Amino acid sequence: MNNILLIIQREYVTRVKKKSFIVMTILGPLLMGLMYAGVIWAAVSSVNQKKIEVLDDSKLFEGKFKTSEEFIFVFKKEKIDELKKSLKGSEFDALVHIPGDVLENPKSIKIYSEKGVTLELQSRVESALEREIESIKLTEAGITKSVLESAKMDVSSETISLKEGGEKKSSAAAASIIGGICAFLIYLSVFIYGAQVMRSITEEKTSRIVEILISSVKPFQLMIGKIIGVALVGLTQFGLWIVLSAGILTFGSKLVGEKLIQSKNAMTEAQMASLPPEAQEMAKEKMQAGGGIPSEMMPDFFGALDTLPLTTIIISFLFYFVGGYLLYSALFGAVGSAVDSDTDTQQFMLPITIPIIAAFMIAQFVIRDPNSNLAIWTSMIPFTSPIIMMVRIPFGVPIWQIVLSVTLLIGGFVFTTWLASRIYRVGILMYGKKVTWKELGKWIFYKS
Amino acid sequence: MSENILEIHNVVKNYANHRALDDVSLTVPKGVIYGLLGPNGAGKTSLIRIVNQITAPDAGKVLFNGEPLTEKNIYEIGYLPEERGLYKKMKVGEQLLYLARLKGLSKDAAMDRLKEWFIKFDIKTWWDKPIEDLSKGMQQKIQFVATVLHQPKLIILDEPFSGFDPINATLIKDEILELKEKGSTIIFSTHRMESVEELCDYIALINKSKKVLEGKKLDIKDSFKSNTYTLNYEGEKVDSATNFNVLSNQKNLDGSQTAVLKASSGKFGNDLLREILEKVTVKSFKEDVASMNDVFIKAVNESN
Repeated sequence: MNNILLIIQREYVTRVKKKSFIVMTILGPLLMGLMYAGVIWAAVSSVNQKKIEVLDDSKLFEGKFKTSEEFIFVFKKEKIDELKKSLKGSEFDALVHIPGDVLENPKSIKIYSEKGVTLELQSRVESALEREIESIKLTEAGITKSVLESAKMDVSSETISLKEGGEKKSSAAAASIIGGICAFLIYLSVFIYGAQVMRSITEEKTSRIVEILISSVKPFQLMIGKIIGVALVGLTQFGLWIVLSAGILTFGSKLVGEKLIQSKNAMTEAQMASLPPEAQEMAKEKMQAGGGIPSEMMPDFFGALDTLPLTTIIISFLFYFVGGYLLYSALFGAVGSAVDSDTDTQQFMLPITIPIIAAFMIAQFVIRDPNSNLAIWTSMIPFTSPIIMMVRIPFGVPIWQIVLSVTLLIGGFVFTTWLASRIYRVGILMYGKKVTWKELGKWIFYKS
Repeated sequence: MSENILEIHNVVKNYANHRALDDVSLTVPKGVIYGLLGPNGAGKTSLIRIVNQITAPDAGKVLFNGEPLTEKNIYEIGYLPEERGLYKKMKVGEQLLYLARLKGLSKDAAMDRLKEWFIKFDIKTWWDKPIEDLSKGMQQKIQFVATVLHQPKLIILDEPFSGFDPINATLIKDEILELKEKGSTIIFSTHRMESVEELCDYIALINKSKKVLEGKKLDIKDSFKSNTYTLNYEGEKVDSATNFNVLSNQKNLDGSQTAVLKASSGKFGNDLLREILEKVTVKSFKEDVASMNDVFIKAVNESN
């Protein structure tokens, strides 16, 4: 026992003192911050507004195309041939031609562009036209505008979770964001720290220090000490990352937040100016109705966050982080002990990485439907549960499922650790031999 | 308490497709240097690993100091493996402290003893150097210190001189002798017969998983002597006589001759000399003692 502590201590201290650890710990949140800032900056400043000219021979659609951050529509009266000719070299990026017989022949609309038409533009034009044509046809059929208006409903549901006696406003969006982040962190850490365990075991083997060590400690102690030591390094790094990024984000969002509002206003004015008078009216209405989204969305998100089972999330994150790591790092460790160099690890890595990657991919579906059969099953299987269960937990999971999943995961890593230690004790003393799967299997049943 | 630090009784060890040790029994008395010899792949390392409790025997038992080997004996054994290495990035001092503590020493005790060794080997300036900055020979010294730092009763050295220059080899040899003086027992596995000749009191020879020979080095050498004598002389060429046969005779550049004589059964050096003295001028006369090299080759060939 004392020896395991010594090993854990060595593994932890040598790693934490490494320059690369310190650099990564500081740089990690900075990079995250930069990325975050970069994304916002890109969203704010690089919205490349496209100017689209529209020739509407049918005279039905004037003012019906809504100007947005991406597109400004300007209606023209010239002849189509002239417009086509002048498109090149003009300030416009594309030309939409709506022929006079569009009602009878809705497929006759043409979009001309020098650089090719984006899908977004195409679908926007199409949907605007569809809506208009629909309403025109409805009107023709005797349904008045007011009936139409009253029939139009804006549906946006509020999800309420019925739990712990009271009704709480919950936000599926906040739950999926939190679940997604947790799952991603676990996915990442299994790879990063699992690979660290593997590499350092191979290193001990090839440097032959292991020959000296195993006369003092049992192979199992050596392996478990390393796994726990690296786990503590991981927890330390994550802890520091969370503290540092929280700092950077609070500081950063203050800066960025102001910029965001400023530029939003600036942009709106610029947009307005470029619009014809009627369109300006429309745009103003739209701004009033839907404007101010960013400032409202943030408190909404944090409000929803409050309704999530935060304590459960944090505790289960720690558990699934450690559990998933233990399960996989034991397997990574077994691979590390079986090979003579890092380059030989490939053939054994694949079966280990496939379930992790699969879990991460399945998680994308689970976010959308956290209570599907697929979600429930994969959150029980120990090889996928650390990632999948973390996605589900913010949405609320029945307690029996959590208990079962936790029990299975504990069983899972006890099993993989046992399996790994059987391979490890043989592997670390086996040199110069290309090991096959069959041999690994045999090693498990060797007597000590 | 036993007279023997280590007794190995009828140990058998099987691996997947071969038998590494076949009914091997050895007795290592206290306070001796014990040479464990054998060709490559004979089973020496398997045996050493069993003594170190890295693996367990399939059959047979091992007694340490008269008692069955247990986990706490690990602290009383020091093992220098043949294939050995250290953490490359770790500093010399830290590394030795770590290894010593794994052998059950407290931090302070380890520190004190390390200081002594660093003075003894004149390596005080190495404390903060990472291992990878040291030459191979320097690393070997560090490994040696790690092996003996916890003052084990039994020290197992597998090819301890490989990688050493003659100066450092002598240094280590003197250390081994000093450890023996202080009462440690040393098991010494090597292929270098000259160091066996020089250091070992007892030897055991293992070939093809079986013990071939065991005993005091001098007794074994005695039993392997060929009863021949080498004679350097001047005068007429000697011929076989009643007490001996001439196996070979050659003329040397300086005019003397060298003959190898085989004593007749029951006859010894003096009998031979008496006869020779009458005929020639003897410059030197020497009984041919079996070298460890001869013993090794002969014993291995016989057992094959």
